[in-house]
Amino acid sequence: MNTLKHTADYLTFDLMGLTPGTRLGEALNFFLYDTTKIFLLLTTIIFVVAIIRASFPPERTKRILSHKREYIGNILAALLGIVTPFCSCSAVPLFIGFVESGVPLGVTFSFLISSPMVNEVALIMLWGLFGWKIALIYIGTGLLVAIVAGIIIGRLKMEKYVQDYVWKMQVGNAEIIKMTFREKIDYAREYTLGLLKKIWPYVVAGVGLGAFIHGYVPQDFLARWAGRDNPFAVPVAVALGVPLYSNAAGVIPIVHALMEKGMAIGTVLAFMMAVTALSLPEAVILSNVLKKPLLATFFGIVALAIVCVGYLFNAIL
Amino acid sequence: MKIEVLGTGCTKCKMLYEAVQAAVKAKGIEAEIVKVEDMPSIMKYGVMSTPALVVDGKVVFSGKSPSAAEIQKYL
Repeated sequence: MNTLKHTADYLTFDLMGLTPGTRLGEALNFFLYDTTKIFLLLTTIIFVVAIIRASFPPERTKRILSHKREYIGNILAALLGIVTPFCSCSAVPLFIGFVESGVPLGVTFSFLISSPMVNEVALIMLWGLFGWKIALIYIGTGLLVAIVAGIIIGRLKMEKYVQDYVWKMQVGNAEIIKMTFREKIDYAREYTLGLLKKIWPYVVAGVGLGAFIHGYVPQDFLARWAGRDNPFAVPVAVALGVPLYSNAAGVIPIVHALMEKGMAIGTVLAFMMAVTALSLPEAVILSNVLKKPLLATFFGIVALAIVCVGYLFNAIL
Repeated sequence: MKIEVLGTGCTKCKMLYEAVQAAVKAKGIEAEIVKVEDMPSIMKYGVMSTPALVVDGKVVFSGKSPSAAEIQKYL
């Protein structure tokens, strides 16, 4: 990381002759350093995560979670949510596969919450920009939100609010296709390239905007509105996060810059969790399998849990 | 040979369908390629991540959309 910093310094201050401390110089230096660092981290870590993921197809996760009890099932589901590949476009077959094979509803929700929220892209960006402590806090509280929300939904006994056809579905038992190490490497390479291709514009745009804020927005600009003393900051941040789905890659650099300008850490965490865990497109997809009361409960409980996380960290950090 | 592409119509599923057509053509084999989009039929195969490829009634992979060259290996 030091070499990167030196290279960015060299490029902006020596090669281009900008003066350290000027707005343009600081913004450009920040942009170069952050984009290179993030792309290096993204490439290596996504590749490693993809190799692990190749060993946990959802069919295998489903078998592990089938007929698991409350608590232990919710904890396992939240943990497996990190390693099982999940894309909201497969949310419907995944949901049906889970409940049909006897995964309890609450346990299924723990998985559905943790899987998009505790994802490798968000973690890499957090680690790269905020440091490992914040990344660990994010993993820990993300898992906790998934576990607690899943347990509550399970306790509410809302099985009747699952679309009726789901229970009548005949689900076959596909055999789990074991990949050789060579195939895992190929899968990981394709997965990494595909993901990078999808998110790079957001990363560049996000870091660019972050760099602009870093260089041009006055210090403590946000402290008044988004600081820890404003009780409305957390709920507003959560509400703003909902439409920004799947752009964790672009949102995190912006939020990082906002934190420098006085946004409180709990508000930052809550905002990022809302971006990844609560999304309108996913709600539309899930409405194929969930009736409105269950969908609303799911969203409401997760939103509430995230708001609590926000207040908690604003109070203790 | 009967090849089925399972998927509910996401971009990746369309990519897979096109790649399968290319793979069949490149290999020069006779095959019927069907796109399966309704959920009950997809679930019958026990597939949980789409798109998935079924060759002669057997799931050969799910949750990815590889290149035409790689698909040839499964045909």
